[in-house]
Amino acid sequence: MAESIQLEIVTPTGAVVSESVDIVTAPGGGGEFGVLANHAHFLSTLKIGTLIYKQGGTATSLMISGGFCEVSNNKITFLAEAAEKGADIDVDRAMKAKERAEKRMLEAKSQKEKIDMVRVEAALQRAIARIKTAENK
Amino acid sequence: MPSLKEVKTKIEGVKKTSQITKAMNMVASAKLRGAQEKMEQFRPYTAKFNEAMGSLAGNMDSSAFPLMEKREVKTAEIVVITSDRGLCGSFNANIMIMGEKMKAEYEAEGKKVTFTCVGKKGARYFAKKATVRKEYDDIMGNFQMFNARAIAQDIAANFLAGEADEVKIIYGHFISIGIQKPAVQTLLPVQPIEVEGEEAAESAGGSVDYIYEPSPAEIMGVLLPLYMNVMIYHSMLEVGASEHAARMTAMDNATNACSDIVDELTSIYNKARQAAITGDLMDIVGGAEALKG
Repeated sequence: MAESIQLEIVTPTGAVVSESVDIVTAPGGGGEFGVLANHAHFLSTLKIGTLIYKQGGTATSLMISGGFCEVSNNKITFLAEAAEKGADIDVDRAMKAKERAEKRMLEAKSQKEKIDMVRVEAALQRAIARIKTAENK
Repeated sequence: MPSLKEVKTKIEGVKKTSQITKAMNMVASAKLRGAQEKMEQFRPYTAKFNEAMGSLAGNMDSSAFPLMEKREVKTAEIVVITSDRGLCGSFNANIMIMGEKMKAEYEAEGKKVTFTCVGKKGARYFAKKATVRKEYDDIMGNFQMFNARAIAQDIAANFLAGEADEVKIIYGHFISIGIQKPAVQTLLPVQPIEVEGEEAAESAGGSVDYIYEPSPAEIMGVLLPLYMNVMIYHSMLEVGASEHAARMTAMDNATNACSDIVDELTSIYNKARQAAITGDLMDIVGGAEALKG
């Protein structure tokens, strides 16, 4: 078996994942990146999106939002504001959130209401990331 | 001597109060457990965060970031974090006194002071005495990271607009269930994080070359606001735990005081009853004597 790397995902509400894995791919600030064992020291920001890690033959995906990640000494640490396992995601709720965000964006465009666009956009991105993550679990 | 009935009603009243304080004590201890757990969960995050910040700040020119820029202080902003509710002893008062003192110190140097109050108690107190720029009520009960983020964003915007040149944060530091002390930290300009002992030696000796993606400056741009979130969230967690711990102690004291009062009143009641009986007996004996005669 190939060498593995220690994966830690930490959020403000505690550690979500702490496992030894074969490969991790994550949505970085400069684009999607993948990390294998013995990767060089690396520091990257994170975007809202899907993180996938593989261990043996099984892949697990998580919705991850905001924060950053650090690779050092064959250990990869994600400090995210939120992380949810694909299997735990409530797709219906995410779908509704997506619709709501889209509606609010339209409203914002028609200038009916003063809406915080940044927040709506972040909500929409989170909802989309949740749905995508749940689909390829 | 008060009448028997009066004393009896008073005893009943005090007993009922002690039931309430006892219940509040139990509620506070249950909530404290939750708050402490939340603090525990957040600890690894802060530890990792400081580690990464430290390794990054080492290779960084701090003057390039507006959030780290040191300016001459004309206006200072004090962020006061208190609880929303009272009945927790001198916990909130201690924090407010500290805020007041700091304000006096700044004003003695001819600086202007504004306040941001998180938690109702502080907001009510400073509303009458100082310029409160922003207040956040009713979030101490159930707050999350995004609450802290909203506060951090507002404070950062205020700092960047030049409305405040220095931001300090006062909160109740949770030392143990018995001890909570008000504490001060400088929020802005962001102070370079000192890497301590072992790590310092490691980074000096090894001088690890990181690959940064995107550029280090951009990462720092993301990390600095996050750092503020972490600091504020952390302070709020501490205040949350401290509040419940302080209330537990205060309510415990109140329950004890109640039982003391009940004891005292009971002894007064018994004396009064005795006196009444003695009086009655005297009457009977006197009456009997009179009939004999």
